[in-house]
Amino acid sequence: MSAETSSAAAIGEVEGASLYDTDHPAPLIEAPRKRTKKTPKSTRTNFELYGWMFMRLSGIVLVVLVLGHLLIQLVLDGGVSKIGFAFVAGRWASPFWQIWDLAMLWLAMLHGANGLRTVINDYAQRDNTRFWLKMLLYTATVFTVLLGTLVIFTFDPNMR
Amino acid sequence: MPAGTLYRGREGMWSWVAHRVTGVLIFFFLFVHVLDTALVRVSPEAYDKVVATYKTPIVACLEYGLVAAILFHALNGLRIIAVDFWAKGPRYQKQMLWTVVGVWVVLMVGALYPVLGHAVRELFGS
Ligand code: HEM
Ligand code: HEM
Repeated sequence: MSAETSSAAAIGEVEGASLYDTDHPAPLIEAPRKRTKKTPKSTRTNFELYGWMFMRLSGIVLVVLVLGHLLIQLVLDGGVSKIGFAFVAGRWASPFWQIWDLAMLWLAMLHGANGLRTVINDYAQRDNTRFWLKMLLYTATVFTVLLGTLVIFTFDPNMR
Repeated sequence: MPAGTLYRGREGMWSWVAHRVTGVLIFFFLFVHVLDTALVRVSPEAYDKVVATYKTPIVACLEYGLVAAILFHALNGLRIIAVDFWAKGPRYQKQMLWTVVGVWVVLMVGALYPVLGHAVRELFGS
């Protein structure tokens, strides 16, 4: 470095004399992405790794929950024909099926929302579009999860 | 097909496309499904009225389509997991895909009568 800054003659007439020498050192340029006091503590997390693991773990559980649900609702005991308010009242009388539906609601919604986040990231190219599509997705997801949870816990078989 | 969107274009790409399309479809169904189930908090009549549309022949066909989407997404999802975690997964991904398709066809044939039987009886008398 000193060779470049001190030997102005080597550069030639056109470039002129060097602006810097030992008495006037060049300003120090910080290395890009260097960790300094101003850098926030966690600029990087393992969020995407956990998301990736969650897609696989929730997927395995959902195979049992969702395929079991479809079997009960569409195949066993007369298929869709039997479904009605009385049928739901009978099922949610049991804590087992309440927990089943609750777990299915949360896992399927989070799995699906995280999947859709990937899809939006892939196809929405403008920053603004991507941001608002994801806000719409998160709003719809929170709303649906809360509504579904509320319905399971406040269901009243004798409302009429 | 626009240039640049055909990634290799073999089984691996098409199973990925199908996995993505079915996943998005199921998510939209689930959103509507939680809304219609929420009608049990409105009144028994409101719920039974909406569920009645689920029993019509046209919607029965949609239900068959939903079953098709979920069965493919679930079976192929297990294949993805096997490719990721099983040491020999990537080498057998093609064989596993055809296994998925085979099991899917068998299950879809098995679902024909339970899911569509009542619609056929309604259309052609019992
Ligand atoms: C056409 C096929 C389907 C029918 C006929 C059906 C029917 C029902 C019925 C009658 C209930 C009321 C509670 C109960 O009986 O357990 C219910 C709740 C529920 N179903 Fe389904 N279902 C279907 C497909 C699905 C699928 C594919 C999923 C998941 C992706 C799903 C997720 C849920 C959830 C999360 C609840 C709880 C809703 C809440 O918390 O308010 N269902 N379903
Ligand atoms: C039935 C059991 C299920 C299994 C085994 C399963 C498995 C998987 C797996 C392994 C992935 C890949 C994640 C990745 O590439 O990183 C995935 C993606 C996805 N899943 Fe599922 N899933 C299931 C149910 C569902 C349900 C119920 C929904 C909708 C509510 C859903 C929606 C999605 C979406 C939207 C994606 C993203 C697709 C993409 O990025 O191309 N899945 N699933």
